[in-house]
Amino acid sequence: MTFALERARPVLIADYCKGCGRCIDACAHHCILPGTAVNPTTGLIPVRFDLEHCTSCGLCFEACPEPYGLRPFVAGEPPPPDPGMAPPVAPAVAAVPDVSRPLPRSEPLVIKGMYASAIGALLAGCRHFYGYPITPSTEGAELMGKLLPPLDGVFLQAVSEVAAINMLYGAGAAGVPATTFTSSPGFSLMLEGLSYMIGAKVPGVVVNVMRGGPGLGNIAPEQADIKLACRGLGHGHTHAIVLAPATPQEMLDLTREAFALSFRYRNPVIVLADGYLAQMTGKVVLPDTIVQPGVPGWAVTGDAAHRANLICSIFLSEKELEEENRRLLAKYEAIGAAESRADLFRCDDADVLVVACNTPARTAKGAVQTLRARGIRAGLFRPITLWPFPIAQLAAPLGAARQLVIVEASPGQLEDELRLAASHAGLRLPPVSRVNRLGGVLPSHDEVVEHVRSLDAVSRGAVP
Amino acid sequence: MSVFYERFTRHAAGQGVKGHSTHYCPGCGHGLVHKFLADAIADLRIQDRTVAISPVGCAVFLYYYLDIGHVQAAHGRAPAVALAQKLAHPESIVVTYQGDGDLASIGLAEILQAAQLGVPISVIFVNNAVYGMTGGQMAPTTLMGQKTATSPFGRGPLMGQPLRVAELIAGLDGPVYVERVALYDSKQEIKAHKAVRRALQLQVENRGFSFVEVLAECPLHLGLTPQEAQTWVRDHMVPVFPLGVKKDATATKPAWPAWPPPRFEPETVYRLIGGTTDRAARYAPAPAGGALDDVGIKLAGAGGDGAQTAALMLARTAINEGCDATHIPSYGPESRGGTSYADVRIARDEVLSPAVPSPHILVAFNAPSLARFGPAVLDGGTIVYDSSVTTDVPTLGAGVRAFAVPAAAIANGLGRLTVKNVVALGALAAVTSLFPKESYLAAIRQALAGKPDLLAMNEQAFAAGAGAATAVV
Repeated sequence: MTFALERARPVLIADYCKGCGRCIDACAHHCILPGTAVNPTTGLIPVRFDLEHCTSCGLCFEACPEPYGLRPFVAGEPPPPDPGMAPPVAPAVAAVPDVSRPLPRSEPLVIKGMYASAIGALLAGCRHFYGYPITPSTEGAELMGKLLPPLDGVFLQAVSEVAAINMLYGAGAAGVPATTFTSSPGFSLMLEGLSYMIGAKVPGVVVNVMRGGPGLGNIAPEQADIKLACRGLGHGHTHAIVLAPATPQEMLDLTREAFALSFRYRNPVIVLADGYLAQMTGKVVLPDTIVQPGVPGWAVTGDAAHRANLICSIFLSEKELEEENRRLLAKYEAIGAAESRADLFRCDDADVLVVACNTPARTAKGAVQTLRARGIRAGLFRPITLWPFPIAQLAAPLGAARQLVIVEASPGQLEDELRLAASHAGLRLPPVSRVNRLGGVLPSHDEVVEHVRSLDAVSRGAVP
Repeated sequence: MSVFYERFTRHAAGQGVKGHSTHYCPGCGHGLVHKFLADAIADLRIQDRTVAISPVGCAVFLYYYLDIGHVQAAHGRAPAVALAQKLAHPESIVVTYQGDGDLASIGLAEILQAAQLGVPISVIFVNNAVYGMTGGQMAPTTLMGQKTATSPFGRGPLMGQPLRVAELIAGLDGPVYVERVALYDSKQEIKAHKAVRRALQLQVENRGFSFVEVLAECPLHLGLTPQEAQTWVRDHMVPVFPLGVKKDATATKPAWPAWPPPRFEPETVYRLIGGTTDRAARYAPAPAGGALDDVGIKLAGAGGDGAQTAALMLARTAINEGCDATHIPSYGPESRGGTSYADVRIARDEVLSPAVPSPHILVAFNAPSLARFGPAVLDGGTIVYDSSVTTDVPTLGAGVRAFAVPAAAIANGLGRLTVKNVVALGALAAVTSLFPKESYLAAIRQALAGKPDLLAMNEQAFAAGAGAATAVV
C-alpha cells in the first residue's frame, strides 16, 4: 500500500500553524525549525521554514495535524484558502414521500395488546426494532423477532435499554421508522436517549408498558410513568406526544399512528400503555392500508444527496441554543394545537365528570353507564393524548360539571397533568375527588360507582 | 480532492482563523487521525457513502471538519448509533470516532456488543490516557501512578488499572481486524495511517467489524510540550499498551452476506401477521346467550395447567359468536409450577372491566386455586374444579353451584395430561349456558390449526369433560 504524498514544497500558513513541531521531526533535511515569533492572530508560535535543502518529499504534509497548516506550493495555483471566502451552501434535499398501499381485508384478529402494537408498527412501515426484554412488554419484542427476519427487517436485542434507545436514535437519524418496546424500569433507562432524540430532532416510537413501581416493583399494571412521559423525558425542556391506548385495538391504531406523528414533527412519540393492555387479548380489526416509508430530506443516509446533513443537539452559543429552544417551544405549541385528542362519553350534560385513561378508562366507562342507570348524570372524559393534555376538549364539559372524579392507578399523576393544563388555560375546576389504586391494582367498577354515590354533592341531592 | 470542508462553517460560523483551523490544542493527536480518516475516505472513493458517528469528548466536533454525513451521539453510545445507521443503510460506510472516556468507560457495554456482533462498522479509538475535554481527569486508560485532576496523588490501587481495550476487543469472536498504533514519530504515523485505511477498506468489502486504537498525545493535560508528550507516549504508554495487530481474521472470516432491502408487499405482511378471510361459523342464536351483558370468568391453576390456553379458547369462542371478550393472564414469577391465573371477560357489546376479581364462573385446576378464589365467586355463580387433585371444597356462597370433574385423571386416561384444560372447558360448556358446545369446538379447531394431529384427542377431551361434570351438593 502506498500513500500519495504531496510532491511539492510546503508553504506555511502561519495562522493555521500551532507550532506543535511534528513537521520538524518529520523532515529528514532539517528544513523546518522551531519558531521564535508569536503570531499576532493566534498567540501561538508557528514553525519557521528554511527550504534550501527541501526535496519535496512530502513527509511534513503527512506529519502536520492541521488540515490547512501546510499547503503545497504550486506555481500559478491559487493562494491558500481565504478566510473571507463565502461558506458553501448545502442544497436542500427533497424528501421521498411515504407510499400507502391497500392491505387485503381480513377478519378481526384475536391477539394480545403487545402483538397489536407490533403489528401496528409493521403496518406503519417499521422494519427496524431494537429492544431489551422486560415484562410485561416482552411478547411484543418476541413477535418482532419472529416477523421481521422474513421481511428482511432488522430485529436486534440490545445489550440494555440504554443501548436500545441509542439504536433508535441511530435508526431515526438515518431516516427509517424504528421502534422499541419497554416497561417502566427500562423506560427510566431510556430517558437520556429520549432527550438526545428530542434535542437532535430524531423521530422514533417508544411503547412503554407501565408496571408497578418504584424500583423493581412488580409486573402488574400501574399508571405511574405519566409524570415521566409527560414531564420527565430526560434533561432539558423536553416533550413528546404521549398516546394512551385503552384497548388492544388502540394498541394497534395508536402505535401505527405514532410513526406518522413522529416523522411529521421530527420528535419521538411515546405510546403509554399499562400492564393489562400489553397482556390483554382482545378483538383487533386491521386497517385497510400499509405504509412503505419514504426518505426524509434531513436524514443522514450515506449517499451523495444527504451528505451535507448533520444530526446533532449541540448549540454552543447561548444565543443559538436559546433560539433553538424557542423553535422547540413553538413546535410543542403547534403539537398542542393540532394533536390534542380525547374521547368523550356522555359528557354533554354530565354533573359528575369522570376522567381516566388506559384500562381504567374502560372500567370508568362501565361505572358511568351504571351511574346513568341509577339516575346520576355522569360522563367520561378520556384523554388519548396525555401530552399535550386535551384541555380544549375538556373546557366545555368542565363548565357544566359540578364534580370532577379522577380515576387512575397512580397517586395523582393524571390529575396533575389535568390541573396543570387547566391552570395554564385559566380554567376553574369544580371540586375534585379521586379513586386511586396503587401497586398493580386498577380501580374497579364498584369502587368508582360507590365513590361517586358517596360524594357530598350526590348524597345531598345537589346532583340528582 | 480533500474530504475536509473547504471552510469549517460549523466551527464558529467559519469566521476568522477558525474557518480553516481545528479546535485542537498544539500537539494533540486528533488532527492527525482526522487527516488519516479523510485520506482513507478520499483514497477509497467513499466520501458520499461515509457517515461518522462522533462521540462526547474532544472529538465531538468531528462534524466541523469532514465533508461527510454526521450523527453526533450521546456519551459512549456511538457504537449503538452506528449499528442502527449501518443496518438502516447497509451501503453506507459507518465510522465511530471515540475517545477513551467515551468508549472504554461509559460506553463499554455498547462497544462490546457491537464488536461481538461483528457487523461491518469501523471504530477509531483514540487513547490519550486522560479525559481531555472535561479538563484532564482520570480515564480508564490512565497509567498507574499517573497524576490527573481526579487522581491527584497518582492512579492508585483503588482506581483500577489501565484497560487494554484493543486486546479486550481482539479477544472477542466478532471483529475481523484489531490493531493498536501510535503517532509519536513518522514511522508510527504511517502505520496509523495504513491501519485507519484498512479498517475502512474492510467495511467497503463487507468483511466485518474493525477496530483501530490510536495512542495519542494530550500535551496540555500531561503538562508537557508536544515533543515531550510524544516521548511520553513512546516511553510510558507503549509498554502498557503494546503496539501491533491484535487480531486479523481476514483470512478465515467470511464476508457478511449481502444485505437485502426490507420488504413491504402488503400480501406478505398480511400473511405474516395472520390476516385471514376465514370467518368462524356462528352457532349461538344472535344475540348470543341470555346472560351475556357482562360475564367474568377466572381460570386458575399452576403454570403448565393450561389455564391460559383454555382462557384464550374461551375468549375466541365468545368473539366468534359476535361478543366482545378479553383475556388477561397473571403469572407468578416462575416459568413452571408457579401460579397461573387467567381472567376472561365476555360482554355482548363492549368489555368494560377486563379484570375479574369476583368471577361469575371459576375454573380451578388445583386445591389452592379453589380455596383462594372459590369464596370470591358471585352469588348465582358456577365453579368447575379438578376433583382428581382437589378433595376439600371450601365453604362457598349460598347461591354458588360447584361441579367436580376429574380433569387430570381423564386427560391422563386419554394419554396426554396436558389436555386437562380442554376437559375442564368441556365441563364448563356442559354446566353453563354461555354458548353451544359447537362454538367451543370451533374455537378449539382454530387454536389447533397448526397441530392437526392433536385435534382428535382434544375433541375427545372436551366430550369427556362435558360428560363427567358432577354437581357437588
